[in-house]
Amino acid sequence: MEKLRDPRVRAWIFQVVLLTLVVGSIYFLVSNTLENMARQGISTGFSFLSDSAGFGVIMSLIDYQEADSYGRVFLVGLLNTLLVSGLAIIIATFLGFAIGVARLSHNWLIRKWAAFYIESFRNIPLLLQIFFWYFAVLRPLPGPRQSISLGDTFFINNRGIYFPEPSLDSNGLWWLGIALVAVVILFVFRHISHRRQVVTGSYLPMKSITFAVLTSTLVIGLLVLGQPLSWELPELKRFNFVGGMVLIPEFIALLLALSLYTAAFIAEIVRAGIESVSSGQTEAAHALGLNRPMTLKLVVIPQALRVIIPPLTNQYLNLTKNSSLAAAIAYPDLVSVFAGTVLNQTGQAVEVIAITMAVYLTISLSIAALMNAYNKRKALVER
Amino acid sequence: MNKKLMHSYYWMRENLFDSPLNTLLTLLACGLMLWLIPPFFDWALWNASFTGDTKEACDGEGACWVFVKVFLPQFMYGFYPEEQRWRINLAIGILALLVFLLMRWRHEQKAKLSLAALVLYPVLAYGLFYGGYLGLPIVETRLWGGLFLTLVVAISGIVGAFPLGVLLALGRRSEMPVARAVSTVFIELWRGVPLITVLFMASVMLPLFLPEGVNFDKLLRALFGIMLFAGAYMAEVVRGGLQSIPRGQYEAAQALGLSYWKQMGFIILPQALKNVIPGIVNTFIALFKDTTLVLIIGLFDLLGIIQATATNASWLGHAIEGYVFAAFVFWVFCYSMSRYSQHIEMKLSAGKENN
Repeated sequence: MEKLRDPRVRAWIFQVVLLTLVVGSIYFLVSNTLENMARQGISTGFSFLSDSAGFGVIMSLIDYQEADSYGRVFLVGLLNTLLVSGLAIIIATFLGFAIGVARLSHNWLIRKWAAFYIESFRNIPLLLQIFFWYFAVLRPLPGPRQSISLGDTFFINNRGIYFPEPSLDSNGLWWLGIALVAVVILFVFRHISHRRQVVTGSYLPMKSITFAVLTSTLVIGLLVLGQPLSWELPELKRFNFVGGMVLIPEFIALLLALSLYTAAFIAEIVRAGIESVSSGQTEAAHALGLNRPMTLKLVVIPQALRVIIPPLTNQYLNLTKNSSLAAAIAYPDLVSVFAGTVLNQTGQAVEVIAITMAVYLTISLSIAALMNAYNKRKALVER
Repeated sequence: MNKKLMHSYYWMRENLFDSPLNTLLTLLACGLMLWLIPPFFDWALWNASFTGDTKEACDGEGACWVFVKVFLPQFMYGFYPEEQRWRINLAIGILALLVFLLMRWRHEQKAKLSLAALVLYPVLAYGLFYGGYLGLPIVETRLWGGLFLTLVVAISGIVGAFPLGVLLALGRRSEMPVARAVSTVFIELWRGVPLITVLFMASVMLPLFLPEGVNFDKLLRALFGIMLFAGAYMAEVVRGGLQSIPRGQYEAAQALGLSYWKQMGFIILPQALKNVIPGIVNTFIALFKDTTLVLIIGLFDLLGIIQATATNASWLGHAIEGYVFAAFVFWVFCYSMSRYSQHIEMKLSAGKENN
């Protein structure tokens, strides 16, 4: 009896009980599931992944035919998810930083506009915004024959946005080569400038250097190599456009909604980050003789980033997970084609949902790990 | 008058036209306003149709608010039978009264009373909504819908998520490796996947998980998934609160010889939870917006029912009015809650500075 009063003993007992409960309930669920599936005649295992899918997908980054396997469908969906989330993350970051800075602008009107944007977009459910863009804006657009044409190069209609498709000419590789050289030169200059700034305090005029390097590369390239790309224009044939590239309305609606929604959250994070740098820092930098851009670059932004990055990571994760709302407007992302169509066709709910969840978990954990590493590099070094 | 004019002149020069760049930005912003605001009001008010009760009543170029007017009862209550809707109104009335009383009332037992209300009210409300006793006819959950369902899902989600979140947060901060591991895995698992897969799982897989013959209806299954999902997010919020309590408080509680649950219940949690009220409100806002996802598994929340009526054959082409209405409702709820959370945050930080 005396032993029961010992906290260590009690902790052990508690943990054993907890572990038994967890293992027990997992066993209960698994055995129920197996029994239910056996009774309903649902097959188990992952062999269905190599079966032929037999349905079409409206957008695919890789070659895909109806006869391809469910495994291929999975890949198509995964790539579509990654495409829309990746692009939306880029747009949302730029837009969010711009609006976050605008929120702190000296200009009263700009400040109010930024606040209006933030408060309206983040307080309306994302799904509603997706529906708005898709069902209220993009679907009612005119059909292909009455497309809105922008200079006969871009066409907008209810099947999407058509635009010229670039293809690399034979000198494309050479172009890639000189672009690479330009980038290397820029990096060397940046390195020299940084070294000089650390040692002497003065720095190279990086803006002019960048401009000079880029224009000279362009001019040399055009003079020596000629045009790098040729463009194939979309053309209206009987019922639809042929040639060129197309962004389907489902993709545009999802991309727009995800970027605009997340930008509102990022803007708030950026504002909080910039505000967290005390005005003493700016004043001290000015006193040291740094001008406004240098103060921002060397003093304010590095400190603000420390505050910004952890919640920013969260927003990226949220955006990636939110891209699964694609299912509501049938953009063929992972959830829509795999956890939707494939699940319905095969009936193998457990495997399909488990794979889907595992994919999102992997994406989440890897973005989190990546950002943590970056965060560690940027974190305050305590002395 | 002249002085006022001078004042506004200086204000404008300082805030709108203090540099060429700012002048340009001001002009751009004004242009944006002129481009967006008058057309919006033309559409939403001046050219809009308000009277009548058929699609034919909408002839103007503007919005057809008749659509919203005709379907308003559905938007609010879903397919809940008309003669039973007083039950919903009554429950909402009781809720408003409870919140008002608990906010106003100063009493030393207030915390206990709040807790009792938190436990008893859902039981009472569910009894009222579902019925089946005292002569109240049963209203199946598949008839529930509209804003009513949105509120049911959001509120029961958060009420269920709260105790789960507290337990998980305590588990994650525990010194017992097994409890810590179980809580951490549980939290990260739910936070790592999208809500939509959780809802799919709840609607498709949950029936497979349970023994033969045991079955819930779709709403309860969805609620179960949402509670687990929100519980994981709540756990992280509460953990933030637990971490904000200085070590001395834990040590003092131990020194008093209190048991673990007494330490937590009387000393740590009251302080920690108070610190994270804004975080809890924010979780609730996120959950409130996320309730729209239940339409994907075939429940008719506010957005779901608008989507369904917008595809009604005799009212085609008015989805946009429905969306604007839904956006307005959601915006009012979320914006007022976020203001409330900011207010609390300010009050809490002001209190801290005084110490």
